[in-house]
Amino acid sequence: MIELDDVCRSYTVGDSEVHAVQHVSLHIGAGEHVAIMGPSGSGKSTLLHILGCLDRPTSGVYRFRGRDVGMLSDDERSHMRQHEIGFVFQFFYLLARLTAGANVELPMLFAGVPKSERTRRATEALEAVGLGDRIHHRPDQLSGGQRQRVAIARALVMRPSLLLADEPTGNLDRSSAEEVMTLLERLRAGDRTLIVVTHDPEVARRAQRIIRMTDGRIEEERV
Amino acid sequence: MKGGDLFAFAIGALRGHRLRTSLSVAGVAVGISAVVALTALGDGARAYVVREFTSLGSNLLIVIPGKVETTGAIPFGGVTHDLTVADARSIAMRVPGAVRVAPIAVATEAVHWEDRSRSVPILGVTAAYQRVRHVTVASGRFLHTTMAEGGGQELVLGAKAAHELFRGANPLGRIVRAGAWRFRVVGVMAPKGRSLGFDFDDLVFIPVKTAMRMFNRTSLFRILVEVPSADELGPVKRRVIRLLAQRHRADDVTVITQDAVLSAFSSILGVLTLALAGLASVSLSVAGVGIMNVMLVAVSERRREIGILKALGATNGQVLGVFLAEAVVLSTTGGLLGLAAGAAGVRVFVALYPSFPASPPVWSIAAAMGVAIAVGVGFGVWPARRATRLDPVTALRGR
Repeated sequence: MIELDDVCRSYTVGDSEVHAVQHVSLHIGAGEHVAIMGPSGSGKSTLLHILGCLDRPTSGVYRFRGRDVGMLSDDERSHMRQHEIGFVFQFFYLLARLTAGANVELPMLFAGVPKSERTRRATEALEAVGLGDRIHHRPDQLSGGQRQRVAIARALVMRPSLLLADEPTGNLDRSSAEEVMTLLERLRAGDRTLIVVTHDPEVARRAQRIIRMTDGRIEEERV
Repeated sequence: MKGGDLFAFAIGALRGHRLRTSLSVAGVAVGISAVVALTALGDGARAYVVREFTSLGSNLLIVIPGKVETTGAIPFGGVTHDLTVADARSIAMRVPGAVRVAPIAVATEAVHWEDRSRSVPILGVTAAYQRVRHVTVASGRFLHTTMAEGGGQELVLGAKAAHELFRGANPLGRIVRAGAWRFRVVGVMAPKGRSLGFDFDDLVFIPVKTAMRMFNRTSLFRILVEVPSADELGPVKRRVIRLLAQRHRADDVTVITQDAVLSAFSSILGVLTLALAGLASVSLSVAGVGIMNVMLVAVSERRREIGILKALGATNGQVLGVFLAEAVVLSTTGGLLGLAAGAAGVRVFVALYPSFPASPPVWSIAAAMGVAIAVGVGFGVWPARRATRLDPVTALRGR
């Protein structure tokens, strides 16, 4: 499903060039649960952003289901993020002014789903993460674990085939982290692929496969 | 994304930032109300002048002795003939369409009654003057003088002249003195007020021929010719000129129409209105810069939001659409509030100065709204365009 071939990503920060991802080649099949580990600055988030079409490789080829993503236009990439990819971030990234329900509706809003269907599917998605009674709460009325569950409901409401999580438990206490990970695994049902970036060994241990990164390179793979 | 959803989302975003939203709305509102109020004043001034002119009597031809023209060398022997009462009679009798003809002679002279005297303009007129100028008599009657027998020693006082000379005493039937002449007061005019700087109450009327003899004049000040309708002004004007050219054997009079004077004034005041509109549009562009400022801050504050929306699959066009909708809502709301405020301000002004017919012209309302929306959208979308071009991950970092 995912093929990376000699992918590099570098930035210019001030005068110096930072090689965030260097010569990464990788294959991830449909339905896999993969953890990417590594110290801060090892390039694991950058790699995840490339996989999620939030960032473009400087060189190399990224193929998603056989399509060269680098050749896609901005709108085609938006379409991919809309229908194929769900994101969960460390800082949740909910819109503070919107209720939990409206946050979950956002992806459907941009996909042009009619209002009644949006409401129904958002309710279903929030019920699936155990927050059916929090639809009308704003993010600041929810705990960290609840906010991350809202974010998960939002990531899955378009039924993507790829779910990407960037330190999903990084801002949560141990028990909320447990809850969130259990939820992610449960919602991975079918052939949905889950890729989690983390530096928590507990979280990584749940994956079928662990990729370790240092200085932008893949150090070792363990199954 | 459907239009309704788009606007609902935009309004939600605006409500989420109340202070910023109210500041931008206020900026546009001030600009628009300035446009509305200033153009209302300018247009009001024009309407005021037009009304003043019309109150002097519309459908009037004014015949003035002498020719207004530009020539090269002035020919010697070019004599300007007097404009006489006989000319006026001739117009009345021989020009079709000249409904009423009122010859006027003018001089300023002291009018005495007992120990008081007052120096006022003395108008030598005939009975026709009353109808042509739409003046009314408060007590007594107007002069009965015709052009055939334009003499007599009767006198009609203007309202202010009567008040100043007689101080409450009844002037009717009294004998007043003007220069070496004695007149019997037969009427007092109703107040008419000032018009174009001339006080129509502080004067006296005497028969035209008496006036010419008294002032030792051979020429009239002017002849007013009333025509049935504005359409007749042109044809009658040509006939009057032809007739007087025959009588004087020279083309030596000038005939102006009331509407020519009117349109000259009107165009001057139109320029004034445009100048005010120019001033107002400066304030509108200041408001526009304000919107731009606010939107720039909004966009940089909301880079992360743009990043989130893009991560969730919003296209550049959709993100831009959100900001566009916000800008439209902002500037339209501001524009409508400004219209209301401007209209309210004009109403207050009209309540204070009822004689001044200030009302905002339609074109200025339309232009102001158009500019407000254009400015809001232009200045609002430009910063948003830059933000949407970022890669989502850059936007997410909030940099």
